Amino acid sequence: MEISEIKQLQINATKARMGAIIGTYNAKSGHPGGSLSAADVFTYLYFKEMNVDPQNPHWADRDRFVLSKGHCAPSLYAVLAMKGFFDWDELNSLRHVGAMLQGHPDMKGTPGIDMSTGSLGQGISTACGMALAAKMDNKDYRVYTVLGDGECEEGQVWEAAMFAANQKLDNLLVIVDQNGLQIDGPVEEVGGIEPLDKKFEAFGFKVIKINGHSFEQIELAFNEAKTVKDKPTAILMKTVKGKGVSFMEDQVGWHGKATNDEEYKLAMAELEGQLKELEG
Amino acid sequence: MADKIVKATRESFGEALCELAETDKDIVVLDADLSAATKTSIFAKKYPERFVNCGIAEGNMIGVAAGLAAAGKKPVAASFAMFATGRAFEQIRNSVAYPGLNVTIAGSHAGISTGEDGATHQCIEDIGIMRTIPGMTVLNPADHWEMKAATKAALEYEGPVYIRLGRLAVDSFNDPESYSFELGKGITLHEGDDVTVIATGLVVNEARKAVEALESDGIHARLINIHTIKPIDKDIIIKAAKETGKIITVEEHNVIGGLADAVCEVTSQFCPVPVTRIGVNDRFGYSGPAWELLEIFGLTETNIKKVITQVVNS
Repeated sequence: MEISEIKQLQINATKARMGAIIGTYNAKSGHPGGSLSAADVFTYLYFKEMNVDPQNPHWADRDRFVLSKGHCAPSLYAVLAMKGFFDWDELNSLRHVGAMLQGHPDMKGTPGIDMSTGSLGQGISTACGMALAAKMDNKDYRVYTVLGDGECEEGQVWEAAMFAANQKLDNLLVIVDQNGLQIDGPVEEVGGIEPLDKKFEAFGFKVIKINGHSFEQIELAFNEAKTVKDKPTAILMKTVKGKGVSFMEDQVGWHGKATNDEEYKLAMAELEGQLKELEG
Repeated sequence: MADKIVKATRESFGEALCELAETDKDIVVLDADLSAATKTSIFAKKYPERFVNCGIAEGNMIGVAAGLAAAGKKPVAASFAMFATGRAFEQIRNSVAYPGLNVTIAGSHAGISTGEDGATHQCIEDIGIMRTIPGMTVLNPADHWEMKAATKAALEYEGPVYIRLGRLAVDSFNDPESYSFELGKGITLHEGDDVTVIATGLVVNEARKAVEALESDGIHARLINIHTIKPIDKDIIIKAAKETGKIITVEEHNVIGGLADAVCEVTSQFCPVPVTRIGVNDRFGYSGPAWELLEIFGLTETNIKKVITQVVNS
């Protein structure tokens, strides 16, 4: 990737973070922490990786994305808005009565959302179903899903992992956003999922470990995944929960609460500063 | 009338899937290691490339079905009623029903007539569980011909459907030449004005025998077969309540949550009449031969006759 391209992705990711802060602030609720940790990979998916058409969101041959950790929708919504699936101003009414943008992704109401999710552990199974449909129809679209690390405590994740390997779903890419924190505390204290790489390997996956905030590493991993045959790939990406807003970074308390007026101003000022630097 | 067929509805279901798949290439069948029992094995043998064994992982199976449906397929996901609707309830609720996806969920070995396997496998809650999910259609066919027609209707329907299959071989009482299935419409099998018996599934035939036998005793009971429990046929129930004044429900399900409640929801709002409920009286089953259990639990002709007589004479 050219440096200018990386910079453009970084600009979009910063805007996605701003969208997540704007959305949750206006909703007076939501999940900023994980929205910020996954903002880079969402940006990469929609601005570099996936073959989608915002003018034709139901295009049968498009690549699919399932946000298995559905609570991190705010930054995904921001990315979809930037991509042109709907108006950016929809973020102002996130979680409001009658709004297009629901608290968790709703495939029926929101263009660009390929699957309704929110109940942890379920998205990865639906992604398997889509990948299987592509195989059955001899189509070459790929299916991407992002899981939380805490989400990997759900048994269904491992049912799905077993299934994906057994069905040789090499068109499925499972991305785990390892920000290390869940509602009740550090993932390793609450649930204990490590060694996650060995688990996915034992379940039949090609495993690639990266820094989830490095677009260079994301690109290398995604490109390597495309060369893997007869097995699914898991990209385990280390991230910082709350990435980009210093007072939120690595703070478990920012898993599921919105900024107040003062915090909102601080967060936006910080992100605007980052944006100015990138655009300068 | 064509020859009587004695067949479990699960088998009729497996046959129907094969017939429908001939013309509908989008039909895909999933099972969770019970294909020999749910009879999706009939489909698997004929269409191996469109059959997916998901292993003993019902939650994932329902999710995979949702993903297939989102990608344009018409998936049918089968397991025992207990595991399909119990274990995978939340996957059905959130991954299938909330997005309104075209998934047919088939629950076999429903009810007490599962027999020897005992209480863990005798699902008496599936209708109640499925009925409470917004937008879910719930079907409970009574015999071979009805199951074949209901399976076709389920796969032609846009949206999630739950269909209940029985393990036990039963007499087919419908006449294939005159039988017609309409989703959401009850069928009057016997006319009468003394009382209305409303039955569903495997016990419809038991109720039919009871009602016909009572004619010679001078009791004229109406019999309605409800194959679609949701959306229920309000009109046929209200009419029966008005014309006969008394209703008896018969189902191989807990008396809580199933047909009895569905009928009472209609009568209590539109035409309150006494409703006597024959079903499993909020208790677990146990092991034993199916017909013996059905007799003990009061779900055969003998007890249905007794209850009708009591209600008419009360």
